[in-house]
Amino acid sequence: MHAEYRKDLFADERSDDFDVVGKPVIRQDILGHVTGRSKFYDDHAFDGLLHMRCVRSPHHRARIRSVDSSAAERQDGVVRVLGGRDVPVNTNTLLSLINFGRDDEPLLATGKVGYVGQPILAIVATSVRAAQEAVDAVKVDYEELPHVLDVEEALKPEAPIVNDEYPNNTFDYFDTYDHQKLRFGDVETAFSRADHVVEGEYQMSPIEQAPIETCGAIAAPETSDRITVHTSTQALFFSVGVTAKQLDISSARLHFIGGTVGGGFGGKVDSHHEPLAALACLATGKPVKYMWDRAEEMQVGGPRGGERWRIKDGVMRDGRIIARAFTGFFDAGAYTRLSSYAVQKSTGHLPGPYSIPNVASNVYCVFTNRTPSTAMRGFGITAVDFAIERHMDKVARVVGMDPIELRILNAYRDGDMKAHRREAKNCALIESCQAVAHKAGWRLSADAARASSKTGGGEGASGVIPETVTDDEGRIGERRRSGLAPEPFSGQGTRGLLPEGHSSNNSSAFGNAPQREDMEAEIERLGFKGGPGAPPTPRGPVDEAASGARPTVPGETSRPAGAGGGPTLPAAYAQRPAGTVDQSIAQPPAQEPAAAEVESDSATTHFQRGVRRPGVSRFISGSRRR
Amino acid sequence: MAIHHGRGFACINYPIGMNLGGDPSQALVHSTPDGKFKVTLSSIDLGQGIKSVGRQLAAETLGVPVEDVFVDTADSDTGPHDMGSFASRGTHRMGNAIIRAATEARAQLLEAAAEELEVDASDLSTDGRGNIHVKGAPSRSITVEATATAAQFNQGRTLAGRGIFLVPLSEVDSDTGEMTPVSSFAHAALVIDLTVDDETGAVEVQHINSAYEVGRALNPRLVEQQLIGGAWMGVSHALYETTEPLYPDRSHGPVDFNHYLQPGPGDSVPHHISVLERPAPDAPFGGKGPGEMCANPVLPAIANAVFNAVGVECDSLPITPEKVLRGIRANGGARPQGRPGA
Repeated sequence: MHAEYRKDLFADERSDDFDVVGKPVIRQDILGHVTGRSKFYDDHAFDGLLHMRCVRSPHHRARIRSVDSSAAERQDGVVRVLGGRDVPVNTNTLLSLINFGRDDEPLLATGKVGYVGQPILAIVATSVRAAQEAVDAVKVDYEELPHVLDVEEALKPEAPIVNDEYPNNTFDYFDTYDHQKLRFGDVETAFSRADHVVEGEYQMSPIEQAPIETCGAIAAPETSDRITVHTSTQALFFSVGVTAKQLDISSARLHFIGGTVGGGFGGKVDSHHEPLAALACLATGKPVKYMWDRAEEMQVGGPRGGERWRIKDGVMRDGRIIARAFTGFFDAGAYTRLSSYAVQKSTGHLPGPYSIPNVASNVYCVFTNRTPSTAMRGFGITAVDFAIERHMDKVARVVGMDPIELRILNAYRDGDMKAHRREAKNCALIESCQAVAHKAGWRLSADAARASSKTGGGEGASGVIPETVTDDEGRIGERRRSGLAPEPFSGQGTRGLLPEGHSSNNSSAFGNAPQREDMEAEIERLGFKGGPGAPPTPRGPVDEAASGARPTVPGETSRPAGAGGGPTLPAAYAQRPAGTVDQSIAQPPAQEPAAAEVESDSATTHFQRGVRRPGVSRFISGSRRR
Repeated sequence: MAIHHGRGFACINYPIGMNLGGDPSQALVHSTPDGKFKVTLSSIDLGQGIKSVGRQLAAETLGVPVEDVFVDTADSDTGPHDMGSFASRGTHRMGNAIIRAATEARAQLLEAAAEELEVDASDLSTDGRGNIHVKGAPSRSITVEATATAAQFNQGRTLAGRGIFLVPLSEVDSDTGEMTPVSSFAHAALVIDLTVDDETGAVEVQHINSAYEVGRALNPRLVEQQLIGGAWMGVSHALYETTEPLYPDRSHGPVDFNHYLQPGPGDSVPHHISVLERPAPDAPFGGKGPGEMCANPVLPAIANAVFNAVGVECDSLPITPEKVLRGIRANGGARPQGRPGA
């Protein structure tokens, strides 16, 4: 198992002359790790450390009639029993720190529960055993209620309401729709002229992040009325922010220490342990540890959500995919956590690394009565990649093509317009396909072996935003009232038409300019070749056989190439005149003039949304439109 | 009853950095009086190696030996703000913040050296071994250590730098989904060879051949461990893991590693990797975070290879022996598809 480095590829865009970068430098922390001496959060010892265990719901959905903890409170070693009424700000949603979504999840449930394992009481005792025995002695009187576990069942009019903040069982997007839309071109018309229509449905399983170190935190009183929290968090300031909010105390009183963590994989961003441990520390004046055992890690900790994806492709006989529509369901479980974000992330990823002229999707963040799902390695992408790449093989069979050659034929290239209306840059899918085919002894045709990400992109229609059909189907509450099927283009709603054009914002997502000029790195020291002075990549008419250009599709109208070209430096690294201090957020770099025959600028003004200066919140600068 | 060989392919791209931006990271760099540099952050090292990558980026940018740089991270009293270690944002966001902080500190370092050598700072360069010299005249030099001492004890000058990197927030259009999700994409393509036993339904992965495009391998050993570990995780997702085996039914959920299945040491798969590097213009030295994406292509490639071996469509995960066997039976027997690319 060793890697080969294909330094021959993209050598013209890279210099490799460094002292430290690119070298196999030994890890800074590895000696401590392999000798067992690195300190993880649980390696901090405190005299009189207290332990916390939670009373958890045994039901998918139930009303809590009463809670009797009197016997538990009398047990040996029990120091404190905490409930939802003890939490100053009990209800939160993780992304409230970036102003996205409504507070919908209690730290400790009161009145009702929405999933098996939901915490109701937190019991603090002198040992884990004493805390667990007290948990077992608590009597909760539940009235079981109907529940829903399947995402599509949850969309039906008669489905029980999972989350009172979102009574339609879907996250509200833009205060308008019950899903996130993507509309690019006109899939309906393209399906009708396609030689083949290929459909499929794909189901991701819920998966545990399975870190060796289970999630947890130790909160201990510090001098000067502060609390020190040793934590396994993946996001130190998210946890600081959530704790300050839920305990309603100044963050000046919180001292969080972490950074050495025994695996995360996305399962350590939910920030539930830190506020509970800190609350118990405040309530008792003693150091308190709240740590999940393995069973809690697997069944109470948020898993990767079960996602269901449907794909419908319109394909020409030669293998060119001309339309692709998706319907996606994210199983958020009982509360939002980060699923609302993952829906938008997956939408920006569609239709995968391919250049497809007509794309549409409806993606739903659906509430069900199960453990809230959360981030995991590949969040928002893993399941849809499984769906897309399974589907590509089915398309290859339908048209009788080699699976790799089908991908190379449809692969995105520099300059192609992506479905989220930004130009593709820095592409390398084709080269990755060629490299692995070579390695595995998988023979490719001469055309496929010659293709390049750097040529043929953005030519003709592939560089332009197509005329786009829109609709207002799926307004919030409409589906629950009418029982409409969750399909894109169900024929419902008012249709509209957006004109063809170029993107008004080809800046990609480059970072802000350096605050002062002496923070601006010299570009030649960062290893890039092909800066502003470098000749642009040849464009326009090329010899296909020699250049690996994309073959033209019969029947497609050919238009001149759009603006674009060779690698350019981002604003962040561009040289500015001495003395200027850019205090604003980076503006998109000036546009090259659009090619002559492209529709007038008025057609593009519709798309001037995008980069905007973030709003202000306490810890995280940024806000998102709901 | 027979063992059938199958070969499957998949390729992907992966968005690098938190989608839609609006997620700043900050770094501070300062020198001790003897020219050792401390980098202060709030990143989390989950095992992915951000401490080590950050250290390399700082050393390269400063132009000093990596041994003279130490990264101190995740103490909220000393480390400046960072959104966190998730969404393939550590190397991209924090890496850029470190480069900026180290660049400012380097400018201070060269100015202090210029004063000692009585030359212009723009005529100075570093050799990466602890010396600062006049460009083209290596003998006119001063050590980083002597420069730091002079700066702090004679000149009254700090050798320090601050960096922040923020990708401005992008909004999402409600009707079209127009957005600026990220600035760069990593890529991967993968060929899986496996066998399927048509009597037991057992799938055994034999070989993985892969090509991963990572922008730049900032530390090749860290890249390789990510790719090898990530592919193992992909095999595990495809064939073994789930917290809810009867999803959407919640019963029979595993509560320990006896019931939550993952491949053991004897199941690790020979993995032959090619690394491609097309530097991303706004990434640190062009490097894209390879860690998050590397499991993704394994899942569909395995499912595609199972179809190639026995003709069973596996469109729901994990691909258990039961699902494979039921598929074979529904088809009236195994239907090998023939080796692709032969």
